[in-house]
Amino acid sequence: MGTTLFYFLVYPGFLFVAVIGGLLSWFDRKITARVQFRKGPPLLQPFYDFFKLLLVKETILPARGAKGLFLASPVFAVFGATMSGVFILLPLLNITSGFHGDLIVIFYLLTIPSLTYVIGALSSGNPLAAVGGSREMKLIMSYELTFLLVLAGIIIKSDQSIDLYQIIQVQQSGTPFIGSISGVLLFIVAIFCLQAKLALVPFDMPEAETEISDGIFIEYSGTPYAMIKLSKYILFFVLPAFVMALLMNGTRLEGIGILWAVLKLVAVVLLLTLIRNTNPRVKIKQAIRFFFVWMNLLAIIAIVLAIFGL
Amino acid sequence: MFHFGGASCNNCDIEILDCLTPRYDVERFGMLLVGSIRHADVLLVNGSINKKDKPRLLEIYEQAPKPVLVVAIGACGCTGGIFAEGDTFAGPVDKIIPVDAYIPGCPPKPEAILAGVVKLIGKN
Repeated sequence: MGTTLFYFLVYPGFLFVAVIGGLLSWFDRKITARVQFRKGPPLLQPFYDFFKLLLVKETILPARGAKGLFLASPVFAVFGATMSGVFILLPLLNITSGFHGDLIVIFYLLTIPSLTYVIGALSSGNPLAAVGGSREMKLIMSYELTFLLVLAGIIIKSDQSIDLYQIIQVQQSGTPFIGSISGVLLFIVAIFCLQAKLALVPFDMPEAETEISDGIFIEYSGTPYAMIKLSKYILFFVLPAFVMALLMNGTRLEGIGILWAVLKLVAVVLLLTLIRNTNPRVKIKQAIRFFFVWMNLLAIIAIVLAIFGL
Repeated sequence: MFHFGGASCNNCDIEILDCLTPRYDVERFGMLLVGSIRHADVLLVNGSINKKDKPRLLEIYEQAPKPVLVVAIGACGCTGGIFAEGDTFAGPVDKIIPVDAYIPGCPPKPEAILAGVVKLIGKN
């Protein structure tokens, strides 16, 4: 019981993912600034932002809206992000949870934050939030199938295993999945899915700052907004870690392995940030077409190649 | 940071935008321009506030989660400037909402705007 609680709340659960996620979000902002030849924010800025929102700022509730739902949805977003973090990081840190089939659970837990953002946005009663919410829903529908196809490809490559620990073991005893043609294709598709899941720039139309002024989050302030920020930080760590576990050999936490783990994580985040900084925002129609036609096609080609063992 | 433009001649607006550009980069102090007033800590007000602007400025101020700092930018925001005796002028910003910092100039230099907002960092 004690160790389980430790797993969920401290390491590798809530506290650990929140701190690393905050640091990665600073890294994202810093790289963004460097790409634009700026200096970028100080190291602890994400934590200043979070504690300022949590402790200092006033929380304003929408006058015409479902107040309970509006307040509850950020809490559920943090819950979903943290739980998926625990289930991803336990196998990644070579702690077996004895839970076979966690891949399916992780997949569903990862959709919880996006869904709760939609619910929170729609319960705020703001028209711009409603526009953002409907866009987020369409985005979820377009990338979820693609993400499932990526997972299917991974399952085929790892001899029908739906246990994340087993998948990492298969890669560590052989070659990492990214070392094959199908693995590279799956990696490309997974990166674009991540981009959409994190609502980063080519697919940030639910938040679209310049267009619908932060869309789904427009009414949030104070503590609930701090919760949303926290869930974003956590997802910013957990999703790249998930890709690392699925395709890039996981981690070995001894000696030089720690350095490799950090480098792999930073490389994935760097890739996401660079895509974000070098692309314009696409229309929701274009995003749906992009995922339904091109990414699904790429994923299916990868699956076919994986069946033939390439 | 949220930018409210009153009936400005657009010159201060441009100088505020300069603060976000690589040369001045306000993000090195951790500040970002946000899309929604609900996420803002600092409200930048520039331009002369006329009778049409006044209720809108009040509404924006009420929508901001407190504590919020207000910065009046430019001669028009601080005192009214050349519009101070105009018929439609509804008083400088500090007659309408409490102001924490005044940045005079027509337009103020971006360095002056940065100096003003950085002085507010310790104030919260």
